[in-house]
Amino acid sequence: MRRFFAGRLAQAVIVVFLVTTITFLLVHLAPGDPISVALDKPGVTEAVRQQWREAFGLDRPLGEQYLRWLGNAARGELGWSFSFRRPVRDVIADALPRTLLLVGLSMVFSFALGIVVAVLQTERPGGRRDRWFGRILLLLYSVPDFWLALVVLLLFAYRLPIFPPSGIVAPVVHDYMSFSGRLIDRLLHLVLPVTTLTLLATAAISRHQRSALAEVMPSDWMRTAIAKGVSHRRAVRRHALRNALLPSITLAGLYLPALAAGALFVEKVYSWPGMGLLAANAIVARDYPLITASVLITSIAVALGALLADVAAAAADPRIRVS
Amino acid sequence: MTTPLLELENLHTYFYTDTGVARAVDGVSFAVGVGETVGVVGESGCGKSVTALSILRLVRPPGRIEAGSVMRFEGKDLMALDEEAMQHIRGNRIAMVFQEPMTALNPVFTIGDQIGEVARVHAGMNKRQALAKAVEMLKLVGIPAPEQRAGEYPHQLSGGMRQRVVIAMALVMNPALVIADEPTTALDVTIQAQILELLADLTRRLGTSVLLITHDLGVVAENCTRVIVMYAGEVVEEAATSDLFARAHHPYTEGLLGAMPRVGGEKDRLATIPGTVPPPTNWPKGCRFRDRCPYSWERCESEHPPLYQIGGGHTSRCHLAEEPERRQHPHPPLAAQRGATAA
Repeated sequence: MRRFFAGRLAQAVIVVFLVTTITFLLVHLAPGDPISVALDKPGVTEAVRQQWREAFGLDRPLGEQYLRWLGNAARGELGWSFSFRRPVRDVIADALPRTLLLVGLSMVFSFALGIVVAVLQTERPGGRRDRWFGRILLLLYSVPDFWLALVVLLLFAYRLPIFPPSGIVAPVVHDYMSFSGRLIDRLLHLVLPVTTLTLLATAAISRHQRSALAEVMPSDWMRTAIAKGVSHRRAVRRHALRNALLPSITLAGLYLPALAAGALFVEKVYSWPGMGLLAANAIVARDYPLITASVLITSIAVALGALLADVAAAAADPRIRVS
Repeated sequence: MTTPLLELENLHTYFYTDTGVARAVDGVSFAVGVGETVGVVGESGCGKSVTALSILRLVRPPGRIEAGSVMRFEGKDLMALDEEAMQHIRGNRIAMVFQEPMTALNPVFTIGDQIGEVARVHAGMNKRQALAKAVEMLKLVGIPAPEQRAGEYPHQLSGGMRQRVVIAMALVMNPALVIADEPTTALDVTIQAQILELLADLTRRLGTSVLLITHDLGVVAENCTRVIVMYAGEVVEEAATSDLFARAHHPYTEGLLGAMPRVGGEKDRLATIPGTVPPPTNWPKGCRFRDRCPYSWERCESEHPPLYQIGGGHTSRCHLAEEPERRQHPHPPLAAQRGATAA
């Protein structure tokens, strides 16, 4: 088990290294650079821009730039963000917790909800409850995320103005609120984006979970459980679910990177300044250090997600534990 | 037979498939007495497993037990019980030992947990008490180091061990009846005898009735007091074991006995019954065995034979009971003739 784990860890390090290297090369090969975007003003001459490029080392050969970046990154120094005019580390330190909160809450809710819905459906397959859940989930599964975000926004922030439409806190007044007032303000701002993301993810998760359950239902050991006098409900919730959890664990591993990568469309619609928006804006601004840093963090999250999914799968299935 | 514990009357279990209604169990009646071990034999597809599943009402859609079927157990009408009352019977009063010990156990729970669950469900034991009960049961079925084994998972056990676990699970609540559906088919020959001996020994000690479903007449000879022979969804012969082996009446039973390997018997080849069981969606009119029977005549085409009483509790579903002289003139069965022309 320990050797297996060490092997996976080594693999993860190699993947992160390759992904960031390729990203570094790609962004530098793309036309335009941070200076030409930042200083795209009528009064600025090419000579001035060239001066700035030299100041930031952007005129050096690509290999030299890469090695320098690699050395810095290894020391945890992620560079200077051209578009924010702040260290990349600080920019990410602001955005990452916001995304962790938004996506983390949505993940917890959607996995809990998705598994519960799938179990409820499986308890009476083909029944009315199963059919209606199936229809609603298929609808949610097939709508685009930005569309659902806009509809939710339209309904609950505009038609029925219950929740704030955008941002993470109320502008200006937030700073003058009491502690509990500020907490409630934060929670209210979370409701719409978290709901949107939860609905989207629940649809996918419960469909996966339901088909995984349907697959194990005809097993001989399910018949054994019923023959022991276990109720159908208990057989589904205990015997079938534990066996059918593996696909959901794999799925969770695939979703985990979103904790660091953010949810671009939902963040955009609700003006939630998280990692998704950050990376998108960085690309538009040709902000090389910020792009590479975002990709670095996302790729670490991908590798970590796969690793955690393997460990969780081993915990759920004793057969994996031994081999 | 002693006092009847389980009585089946006219049990019909049909499967509603796309290709038609499969009448897998088509009017089966028999009884199992208190403390008795009854064997049910027949080829695959004759309806013996479906009969077993029907008794515990474990038949899954598209299968259905038809109205009019009667199953009485300890004076209760099993057909009239609701699901909750049925749960109280399953694993508690009637337990089942399944065919495949490889797949009958849940791979993600320890065996202690799975045996203990029976006690938790039926005796309201908590987790700790149930585990102690499981260890006790493992000891009873002769598993060494039961405390340690209770914490292991099914994949860590050999096939024979798993079947012992399945038997332990069946006996937790000391049920009145154990239905064993081909309990040794999936095991090594050397292990088969051990498992059967264990099952026979424990049920004798506990006074449990056993319905032993098998296609192995040797198993029947060693373990059962009475035998029920099934063919094409029906009981075709029923007799005390010694009676059946000495005076098999139905040509199908004769065929089964002839197909048994014997020490000192003919060495070159085993006798077989030509042809196969007809499809359950389309049982032939008249006698269902007639195409494979060496004695069949016109009457077998037109008239479905009833279960004839042939004395001493011995019954047979064959017109030979009324026209015994026909047995003197065997002929190649129709199925064999057809096979010959095809070849």
